[in-house]
Amino acid sequence: MKRVAVVRFPGSNCDFDTLHSARRAGTEAYFVWHRDTDLQGADAVFLPGGFSYGDYLRSGAIARFSPVMAEVQRFAQAGGPVLGICNGFQILCEAGMLPGALMRNSRLSFVSRPVLLRVEQTDTAFTNRYGKGALLRMPVAHGDGRFTADERTLKELEATGRVVVRYFDLDGTPLSETVNGSLNDIAGICNAEGNVVGLMPHPDRAADPAIGNTDGLGFFTSVLSWAGVVK
Amino acid sequence: MAFKVHVRVVPRAGLLDPQGQAVEHALTALGFREASGVRIGKAIELSVDAASADDARARARAMCDKLLANPVTEDYEVEVEAR
Repeated sequence: MKRVAVVRFPGSNCDFDTLHSARRAGTEAYFVWHRDTDLQGADAVFLPGGFSYGDYLRSGAIARFSPVMAEVQRFAQAGGPVLGICNGFQILCEAGMLPGALMRNSRLSFVSRPVLLRVEQTDTAFTNRYGKGALLRMPVAHGDGRFTADERTLKELEATGRVVVRYFDLDGTPLSETVNGSLNDIAGICNAEGNVVGLMPHPDRAADPAIGNTDGLGFFTSVLSWAGVVK
Repeated sequence: MAFKVHVRVVPRAGLLDPQGQAVEHALTALGFREASGVRIGKAIELSVDAASADDARARARAMCDKLLANPVTEDYEVEVEAR
């Protein structure tokens, strides 16, 4: 059985949702504290949503220096699958494991609502169970979700197929006004190898029929079929 | 010696600064029509133990590069108070 480490930072609040979803997907999931330096033989690492360190200074800016993050970086460099959800995505960007940054939402308000996503890239550790172009409904809940990158980085992300999911309107048409002002309606991206993925929406809150939506479960089951090798 | 250091972090020019825009609108609404180009950042004050003001500045810049500012979205200025 695949082992999934869910990292908890002070201020994480989606840790249980993430653990629950990973277990529902059929993995052996367990918590790892941010001060730990042992991932306990993980096959995949999840950085959950929340407000690590109260979002002080910038979202994710302090969590990225947690002792566990050096280990997470080593794991990712060896090809290990790492998914950052919401605050986890912010942490991955702050750590330089994904390019760009997540800035204050363009309308300044915290946005908490269901959105529609289009799957743009399926050749990743976390989206290989989806079809390209699949539309997924799942919630967003964030104040700092406006994806920003310099022009060169943005062009490279688009040209190399590293935009993983994009915001769509609930009626299935492209968004004219985005959820949070993200460049190119970007909701999630990956690294060049496809083993590190970050997204602002919450697949962990859309992976159980008991809450009426399992569109996000694929992010957790994809780990089971990822062909990438952890060196 | 302890040097008082002032760090000013501002959103990089050209990036959307919705806070700055909202405050600019509010200033205009209050009749301050002469105000424009509002940008909102952070002011950070700290004491730095260093042998000289130049050393204090260099250490503060290193702190900015590592933690205090995000190189993707923010620029910073460091000022060391004259003693």
